[in-house]
Amino acid sequence: MSTRNPEISKGIDWSLVWIYLVLVAVGIAAIFAATYKDGDPVIRSFLQYKTDYSKQFYFFIIAAVLAFFVLLTDSKFFTATANLWYVFGIFVLLLVFPFHSRIKGTESIIRLGGFQFQPAEFCKICVALALAKYISRPETDFSKPRSQFIAAFIALFPALLTIFQSETGLALVYFSFFLVMFREGLPPVILVVGFAIAVLVVATIVIEPNILAIILTVIALLTIYFLRRTLKRNRGILLVIILLWFVCVGIQRFAVPFIFKHVLQKYQVERIYDLFGKDNPYHKAGETVDLETKKKANGSSYNVKQSKIAIGSGQLWGKGFLKGTQTRYDFVPEQRTDFIFCTIGEGFGFTGSVLLLAIYLLLLFRIITIAERQRSVFSRCYAYGVAAVFFFHIVINVAMTVGLAPVIGIPLPLISYGGTSLLTFTVMLFILIRLDADRQMVLR
Amino acid sequence: MPVFNQSRSRIIRLIFLVTFIIIVAQLFYLQIISRKYRKLANENAIQRTIVYPLRGIIFDRNRRPILNNTLTYDLMVIPSQIKNIDTVFFCNLMDIDTAEFRTRIVNGIIRNRAFRPSVFEASLSAQKFARMQENMWRFGSGFFIQERPIRSYSYDAAANILGYLGEVDSNFLRKHKDEGYQSGDYAGMTGLESSYEKVLMGERGVKFMIKDNFNRIQGSYENGAFDTAAVAGSNLHLSLDIELQKEGEKLMQNKVGAIVAIDPRTGGILAMVSAPTYDPNLLTGAERRKHFSQLYSDPKLPLLNRAVSTYYPPGSTFKTLQAILALHEGVITSKTTFSCSGAFYGCGKPMRCLDPGVFNLTTGITHSCNTYFANVMQRVINNPVYPNIDSSLSSWARYMNGFGLGHKLGVDIPSEKSGYIPTPVTYNRMYGKRHWNFCSFRSVSIGQGEVLTTPIQMANEMAYLANKGWYIIPHLVDSIEGGDKFGLLNKYKKRIDPIDIPDSVFEAVHNGMQGVVDAGTGAGARVPGIVICGKTGTAENYYHGVKQKDHSFFAAFAPRENPKIAIMVMCENAGFGGTWAAPIAGLMIEKYLKDSIAADRKPLEQRMMNANLIPAYMLHEMRTKDSLRQVRKDSLETIRKVLKDTLQTEEVPDEEQAIVTILKKQDDKNKDSAFKKTIHNAEAILPKKKNTGDKKN
Repeated sequence: MSTRNPEISKGIDWSLVWIYLVLVAVGIAAIFAATYKDGDPVIRSFLQYKTDYSKQFYFFIIAAVLAFFVLLTDSKFFTATANLWYVFGIFVLLLVFPFHSRIKGTESIIRLGGFQFQPAEFCKICVALALAKYISRPETDFSKPRSQFIAAFIALFPALLTIFQSETGLALVYFSFFLVMFREGLPPVILVVGFAIAVLVVATIVIEPNILAIILTVIALLTIYFLRRTLKRNRGILLVIILLWFVCVGIQRFAVPFIFKHVLQKYQVERIYDLFGKDNPYHKAGETVDLETKKKANGSSYNVKQSKIAIGSGQLWGKGFLKGTQTRYDFVPEQRTDFIFCTIGEGFGFTGSVLLLAIYLLLLFRIITIAERQRSVFSRCYAYGVAAVFFFHIVINVAMTVGLAPVIGIPLPLISYGGTSLLTFTVMLFILIRLDADRQMVLR
Repeated sequence: MPVFNQSRSRIIRLIFLVTFIIIVAQLFYLQIISRKYRKLANENAIQRTIVYPLRGIIFDRNRRPILNNTLTYDLMVIPSQIKNIDTVFFCNLMDIDTAEFRTRIVNGIIRNRAFRPSVFEASLSAQKFARMQENMWRFGSGFFIQERPIRSYSYDAAANILGYLGEVDSNFLRKHKDEGYQSGDYAGMTGLESSYEKVLMGERGVKFMIKDNFNRIQGSYENGAFDTAAVAGSNLHLSLDIELQKEGEKLMQNKVGAIVAIDPRTGGILAMVSAPTYDPNLLTGAERRKHFSQLYSDPKLPLLNRAVSTYYPPGSTFKTLQAILALHEGVITSKTTFSCSGAFYGCGKPMRCLDPGVFNLTTGITHSCNTYFANVMQRVINNPVYPNIDSSLSSWARYMNGFGLGHKLGVDIPSEKSGYIPTPVTYNRMYGKRHWNFCSFRSVSIGQGEVLTTPIQMANEMAYLANKGWYIIPHLVDSIEGGDKFGLLNKYKKRIDPIDIPDSVFEAVHNGMQGVVDAGTGAGARVPGIVICGKTGTAENYYHGVKQKDHSFFAAFAPRENPKIAIMVMCENAGFGGTWAAPIAGLMIEKYLKDSIAADRKPLEQRMMNANLIPAYMLHEMRTKDSLRQVRKDSLETIRKVLKDTLQTEEVPDEEQAIVTILKKQDDKNKDSAFKKTIHNAEAILPKKKNTGDKKN
């Protein structure tokens, strides 16, 4: 407390603040474009908290106030309370189970008076803090697998709870924390293995099972053939190859079908298959898909189709602000929230979309630059956590609107309509700014 | 310690960069390379609406509009926007009960969904329109009144000429693929509406509207920058004289037949009456289908345009042309005489004649002497100039074709028939090669037998005689406002002058024709102060093998010098040509040349108008139809026919097909000796008939 600055602005990274303000402004404008109807009284509805864009504006004001408070806080507060926040986050997540309200098929929202609150969003901050705290503990040696395992558990426990709330999309976000761990020394093998498993899963979906099994076997046999000299010297490698082959075929023949059948919701499986243009093979013959599932899945493929049409019709320069025929006349559902990128793609075309992505990339690079200049491990880990969460949200959201990723409902940071999401990302970013402002002070 | 693993920050940046590049590549594909999405977006959100122009107006020769557009008003409803209305009050205004109200709303929802407008009541009556207009504000945005132009016929006349509009069907659409029609459009189905469809329909406009995801119109696209305006259809000016037409329709009421009057100098049709006719206003507006089925099943066949679509043996009117031909061939002169002892004996079995005596060309025509013309044709056929009867008959047929018989003239309304002129082929088929001679078809010489002509051909024949050797293809449309862009009128600009015949030949025939009216069989046509050349005709005919009363014909032109009108009147089964057809023709000529009927001739006009000459067999059919059972049986058939109604299109081949059912009856009626062994493909359905071929008159 003694080191507290008389002016809070000292040491603040203004470039981040500016990027933040630009993104929020773009967001409000995009929500305006998506929901404005000709003849609406703009000024009045801005003041009256009636329309989505005015609500988002008020959320922004609340977020700004919160950000201000965050900046007033001493940076040691966050290191000190990181674990408490984590416990609180988990507690709120658990609170959802008795108090949840069903909104659009999700079970992850708490209603408080007129407000809805999505703990899974908020919990991301807690995890980022707690993970940073754990890794930065002096007694943690992150090169030990045990520490790595605990870190992974910290990151993935909320994900597990989120899955139980049928919010698989939000749960996936927590996997982005592996990026932090990777930066802190997680063996790259794990990323490679993760990537290999991802390729294998996609291959399982796309390629007929028996053919894939044969391909895997051929690859294994070829490897053995090319490594035959080495193998003579080291029998162990042969064992590893055979084991790998066994695991791959196991994943392909048993693990993936098991997950699709028993872990994921039916509509999610449909969406994944939709993305690759395949029919879902996990219907048992004679089993009729119930309407609800069908509707959910079809709805999402309709969304993606309309979203691609909207973005594609923007062409190089776009149709102009408020001129988009697709987004303005409600062809794209959820276009204020998860599909907000369509409004930009249609209105401002390729130029506008790439510009927006460039701003995001600038934000991410800036965060990494900031991360690397921190003297405290805690700050660096936290910064990487922020970067990872932003990155995951941006990539999955945009990839989903352009048809590169399956439809999982996660918002575009700082732009999508939604109070919880805006507040979460604001607080997350401003904690980082606070930490960065104090980077010279202590070695934590 | 913070430096360790620092290289990984670069790897992470690389991962970020590569991922973003993949997304940008996909954006590049969607937005720059692929054109598909732009197109899909437009189909999604832009609605192309056709703007229908007003159809052209049709004027008669004195610039009176006879086919016009009027507005009717439809009451429209958008079910989803009905809020808090006083349903009982509304129903009182509309003269319906609340159950009916509900039914109509539900029907609207089923047809067009709840949030789009559908018709609540089409063509509001004047009173309902006034009442609703006044109270519209009470019913909010759920109801509104929409204008719709329909065709209106200001004179209630010339129904068969003007034709009617019908909804296009898939057949029509296939035939007019590239002309921009779409289902639900209306197009001319018969008459001028059909033959001048291209001109009358104008050019459609296109309007681009923005719609939302429920297809609700949100406004005009880009403020109408891409819209094209509709161009109204061109107006037509006819040679028709609507007053004369009305007079003709009155004179022909309660009769079955036709009148065709032509201005011989221009070929323009002055009047074309087909009796019985109908009120053309019946086939516009909301009740159109009901009225159509009534008209369609009427045994009097009011929808049949008898002036162009039926054919009859021409009877003695045909003799005039025989005289011209014989004079031109040189087998007789105007001085040649034949004596008649009461019948023509040249072929064994006598062919009777009205009054015995010695006739030259003029008196032969005046008294319509069968013997004279049998001898004349015998000379033509046995003319030694020709090596055999085949070539002489072929030459004869060529003359007839030159006179405009035996082929379609090319009138500008659809479903014209060609009539029939026998050739050697005809008789080879009937009797076998070389097994026939003049006696086989002697009755042709007096316009019976195998000869068939349409009323318009007979009127044209008079125009040909009046002009002394040429005619212009009869037509209704004189000019098209704004120019004849499709060249539709070109063929009506040139004289047809197929055979070079000296005027003296025509003078001789004219003498005889003047005698017909002044002192002969056609005295009934006489009009004080006008020199009329005419010729009566009386044709025997059979219906289902039973001999019916003769068809009554009269063909004429007037005045003799500088003829202004050529006319042909035909009354089916009315009897002797001089009794009915001649006075009607006289009255028509008077009406046209003098503008009105003289007071002392009014009683004659009245008598003609009042005469009821509906053929007996038709009366019988009508009575049969009235019996309840028949009605019920017919109604099924009627429905089927109504469906067919819209299938009738203007293309000639089709038209012929579509009308086949009508003609079957008609053919029976026309049946006369000509069909003894028959020439037409229809032969199987025709009862065998014993020859008579003989005449009267």
